[in-house]
Parts: sequence; structure tokens; C-alpha cells
Amino acid sequence: MHTGPIIILSGGLSPERDVSLRSGRRVAEALRRRDVEVDVVDVDENLAAHLRDRGPSCVIPLVHGAVGEDGALHRLISGLNLPYVGSTADGCSLAFDKPTANRHVHEAGVAVPEFIVLAHSTVREQGAREVLAAAVAHIGLPLIVKPSQGGSSLGVSVVRDEGELPAAMVSAFAYGDNAIVQSFIEGTEVAVSVLDTGDGAQALPVVEIRADGGIYDYHARYTAGSTEFAVPAHLPAETLAACERTAVTIHHALGLRDWSRSDLIADSQGRVWFLEANVAPGMTETSTYPQAVHAAGLHMGDIVETLIKQAIQRG
Amino acid sequence: MSSDKRYDMAGLSATTRLDPWLEQYAQRTRGLSSSAVRALFAVASRPEVVSLAGGMPFVSALPMDAIAETTARLIRERGNVALQYGSGQGDPALREQILEVLAPVGVESHPDDIIVTAGSQMALDLVVRVFCDPGDVVLVEAPTYITALSVFSSYQCEVIHVPMDEHGLEPHALRDTITRVRAQGKRVKLVYSIPSFQNPGGVTQPPQRRREILEVVTSENVLLLEDDPYGLLSFDGTVPRAIRADDSEAVIYLGTFSKTIAAGLRVGWAVAPHGVREKLVLANETAMLCPSNLTQMIITEYLSTSPWLDQVKVFRELYRERRDALIESLAMYMPAGTTWTVPTGGFYSWIDLPPGVDATAMLPRAVAARVAYVPGTGFFADGQGAHSLRLSYCYPEPDRIVEGVRRLGQVVSAEADMAELFGTTDALSSHRPPIAPTSDMA
Repeated sequence: MHTGPIIILSGGLSPERDVSLRSGRRVAEALRRRDVEVDVVDVDENLAAHLRDRGPSCVIPLVHGAVGEDGALHRLISGLNLPYVGSTADGCSLAFDKPTANRHVHEAGVAVPEFIVLAHSTVREQGAREVLAAAVAHIGLPLIVKPSQGGSSLGVSVVRDEGELPAAMVSAFAYGDNAIVQSFIEGTEVAVSVLDTGDGAQALPVVEIRADGGIYDYHARYTAGSTEFAVPAHLPAETLAACERTAVTIHHALGLRDWSRSDLIADSQGRVWFLEANVAPGMTETSTYPQAVHAAGLHMGDIVETLIKQAIQRG
Repeated sequence: MSSDKRYDMAGLSATTRLDPWLEQYAQRTRGLSSSAVRALFAVASRPEVVSLAGGMPFVSALPMDAIAETTARLIRERGNVALQYGSGQGDPALREQILEVLAPVGVESHPDDIIVTAGSQMALDLVVRVFCDPGDVVLVEAPTYITALSVFSSYQCEVIHVPMDEHGLEPHALRDTITRVRAQGKRVKLVYSIPSFQNPGGVTQPPQRRREILEVVTSENVLLLEDDPYGLLSFDGTVPRAIRADDSEAVIYLGTFSKTIAAGLRVGWAVAPHGVREKLVLANETAMLCPSNLTQMIITEYLSTSPWLDQVKVFRELYRERRDALIESLAMYMPAGTTWTVPTGGFYSWIDLPPGVDATAMLPRAVAARVAYVPGTGFFADGQGAHSLRLSYCYPEPDRIVEGVRRLGQVVSAEADMAELFGTTDALSSHRPPIAPTSDMA
């Protein structure tokens, strides 16, 4: 067993680097208030050597975007036989790729908005005009376009008019070679945090998100004041319960561990739709996970300490 | 402190916007926000990324040991002055020396007409603070310095861009714009211009152009704010004569040691007409009481004891070599349809992209390819510039510049393909919101 400090991994080279750095600092601060020795480490080519040298007692990966959430980082940590907080590499892989996650979640009985995946190469081979027309005919308007991988709503566009679709595709393809074109579900947007401190996965209070511009984009996520939150969400009790059940179902369906956050939509009929799951939920000042923790009467430092002990016991 | 929690009358849970002061902010803070572009600049700071974004001077070329020794000696021998409050107008000894620094650009002044500030950015802020009420019009070049736009916005000025050509600000367009704006019943308070090695355009006003611009502002009775951070960094050693050199009443001149000595010392200055200077001194005292004695004294010592013009020559040579690396690699790697300015000094080249390529939309792809730039929209207050970007060559070594441009060339080619594929060649000319500045964009 290692006796070194707790190492929080944050940063990396994804477009979500800044968000990750802020998440890392916030969790580190919560632990340091409990006199836990913490190092916050950026992810670069020296990471494996650094982890070997420092011999941390536990690692907390809080890197967002590819590498941090696609399982690669978790495989590295596992390969070094270091205990870590959070989902396994396989769970990360399932959750990170949105089409894959959609299929698994759908198989678990959760409603998933209709979607198709468009590869850049396919569009090139078959012609953009034809492919996009077929996508609109199949999905209908309004629709949402997003990169197949990645978070923080980067590269995400809502398309209400067919003429907006080409620019939306260009924007999504800027973040990767595959994009999802998906039905846009009108309803209440919620984030449901899931926590498993040893008694099974439990949903924390449901956080309702009301972005000023109607779209919870990067600006709305990380500019304090531009989004209104309600915890618990202003939804009927049975819909709240359905959101909580759905988030736990998603956590299990994707094989997630310790903590996760699912982004959902509750429509006017009370039906709960899956948008995406996050294996390294944001922990910034404006993120929803810390709000849910607070609303549950819990403290971030206590939770993380418990998860660290759990990870160390797992070995 | 007020609470930002709102309670629903139906007994539902409180809502929050996570900022208890939200309703207290001044109107002028609107527009200050997070953006995906700013997030991408966090990645640009990593060593794997060739950053052609920030205008960071290559301070590694400075005589560090000498500056360290000077600083240590100042604190050891004159610490009771260096670490004390000082004059709100700036150290008199430094103001004397600034006259020498101004000599190459032809500006003759008096130490009393110089005010020392925390970088020329502070001087810019003070000038706008002293002259502009909300709604006043400031005329600027198209495009212009990103953080100047931020200052004008923070004082709620209306910014109107005036076209440039390869010789910088167009005098006829300037006069026409003044006439048009006045016909709308608005007050034109300032014309803001960077005549030498303009940021971001990389263009320089020739002498005749400067005379024409001066004629326009004097005949129209509008104050010219001449920002000259790069004037001494002319690659052929011919320092352009400042507009202020030919009129000390119609022009406020802003200068800085950030490019010729060290940006981190934060020492700049304004040379202003006598009456204006009084107001600026009071505004400076209000803003920060006095500029740092320590950093002013470091510069004073440096100017007195080091061959500072030789060091400027070192910088010129170094930046010229990097400019050459940039221009040669642009010619080698950029796809057809890309054009760029060839600066004869300073830090920047302005790139116009092939039709349909949107520089903001392309940035994630560029950062993924490990190269960064500043998208063009940041240099406009009105959303122009979507098809352009600024490249800075001052900081990376020449071989890194070549590699960065090679990567960028691939990205631009891919993006041009994408625009062609999706037929967005025309559609992407829509306005994008301007980018809020970060220190990486200076």
C-alpha cells in the first residue's frame, strides 16, 4: 500500500482544461481543509513517471474531455496499481462516447431522444446536401447537433431551421470526426448527481437548470449569474423521483462507480430523457454536482474522503 | 450582502444564480463573461502547443543578471525610497529619461507633461476615463487592439471602426465617419490609432498618411490618441516619426517599456497637452495613488547604466528573424486563398482566410492540432473579422513558428474543405460576438 499524498489529476490538453483545473483546485481545497495532503497534478507526458515517483495513496482523476473521461487515463492509473476514485476505464469508455452511451442507456429502459451519428467521412462520400436533408427528414426540427465525444456543451448547437444545420455541423466537427444529430426535446433540463459511498448508488437532489438564453452552453455553465438553478427542481414529486431513478439506472447501465452525473430532460408529460452521462463531473463554483451535494446536507470534503477510503480498500 | 435566493410562492425550493451580487453590478460590466474561446486559451499555455496567439515579448533576451543586480542594489541601498509611496505623476528622474526614449520618434516634450502609469494600458484607461461619458463615440481602426476595445466598452463608449488599407487608417474614411457620426447627433471624443506596426494588422502609416490623419483630426477638432508600443521595433532600424511629434496639442501619445525592456515591470506613460495632463495625474492618483517606485527605479537604473538602445537592437534582430520565419512558412504551408500582411516591425501579422473559413469555429481544431492564434472577431466591436485571425511571432523560437504554421496550414486546409463540403462559404459571414480579452491576447 502506498503512503504518499492524494493526487488530484486535472488540466490536460482538452478544450475543457480550464474547467478541469478549476474542478481540481476546488476538490483539493475541500480536502486540505481536512488536513489531507493533496497534490494537484497536470496531465502531461511525464504523468506516469510522476505517479511512480510520488507513490500516491490514492488518485482522483478530474480531467475532463478526452483522455480524462474516455478511459485512457484510468487505464494508466490501473496499470500502475494505484487506487483511484471514480469509474473504471471500461465505464468511462462507455459513457464518454455518446452514441455508445445512448445505446446502453436505451437498452436499460431509459428514453433516449432519437439520434443518428454522422461521420465526417460519410458526409464527404455521400454529399453534405443529401446527408443533411436525410438527417432532417429522419430526426425532424428542431434538432440538436453535438460532437460524439466531449463535454461542457462545446460544439453543441440547436438547429431550428434547416439552413442552420451546415454551420452547426462545421462547429461540431471542429471537436472531432463524428457528430450526433439528435431530436431536441422540449422540457425541463436537470442534472442528477449520483453518489455511491458504499451503500449503493444514490441520487442526490435534482438540480434544475434554467439558462438565460435557453441553451445551457459554455457561457451559461461557467458565467456565474447567467443560469438560474433550483434544487430540488421545480417538478412534480413523481417526476423528481423518476429523474432520480433514471440517473441511478444510467449509473448502473454504464457500469459507473463512486460518482457520476447524468444530464436529463423531463418533458411536460413527466417523461425523463437521457442526454449524457459524466464520469468526471465538474466541481467548479458553478457546477451542479457541488450544488446537489450541498442540497443533500453533505460536504464535499467528507464525500471525497469517504470515496478515497473506499478506493484504497478496493486496492 | 444580499441573497440571490428566490423563493417560489407555491412553496417550491429556492432558486439561485450562484452570485449574490448579480443585481448590483454596474451596466458597464455587461459582456464580461466566460467563453469557449477563453477556455481554449487555457490549452494554448501548454508547452505542447505552439502559441501564435499571445503578444508576449521575448524577455529571455534581457540581461537578467544585470537587472537582478540592479534590483538587489536598489533595495539594499535605496530601499526606503524604492519601497515607499511615490509621486502620482511618476518619478521625476524617470520622466526626464522618458524624454530620451522619445527622441527617436521625434517627440519633444517636458518632464511635466509626462505621466507614468502601470503600463500604457493604464494610460489608455485614464484617457478614456477623463474624456468619455457613456454613449460618446470613439473611432478606431478596423481591426484594433483587443484590450483597447475592452476599455472603451467598460466606459460604455460607442466604438465605430474606420477602414484601414495597407498604409493603415484611411484619412478620407476617417473624415467621412466623423461627419456621419456627428450628423447622427453623436459626439466623437477620440480617434484611437496605432500608427506603427499596428496591433493586430501589422501595417504602418507612412509619413504622408500621418500628416493627412493629423490634418483630419485638427480640422475636425477631435483628439487623437496615438498608441505607440512598437515604434522602436522597426526591423530596418528606421523608427517612424510619431504623429505627436508634429502637434503637441491635438495628440495624446502613449508609450511603454513593455516591449523594449520588460512587460512585467508594468511601466508605461502618456505625453499629454498641459491641461489634459493635470486631469490624468488626478485620475492616476484616484486609480492607484502612484505608480510603483521600485519598478520605475529599476527602469531608471537600467536606462542609466545599460546600453538600452543596443538591447532594443537585439530585440529588433530577434523579432525580424521570427517575422521572416513566419512569413516564409506562411508562403510554404497556407492553402490558396489565404493572404497576410508583412509587418516591417512589431509583433503581428494579420491573416485573411480562404472563403467560408471561420477563425473562431476553427480554433478547437487548431488547438487539437497544437497551434493557437487569436480569432479576428476579437479585434472588432461589431462582430466583423470572422474570416481573419492574428498571428504573433514575438515569443516562439523560429523553428517553433515554422512548425506552428505547418500545423495551422493543415487545419486551415481541412476547414476550407469543410466549408466547401457544407456549402458554408457565404453563410459563415454572420456576426459573431466579440471575444473578451485575456492576458494571452495582449
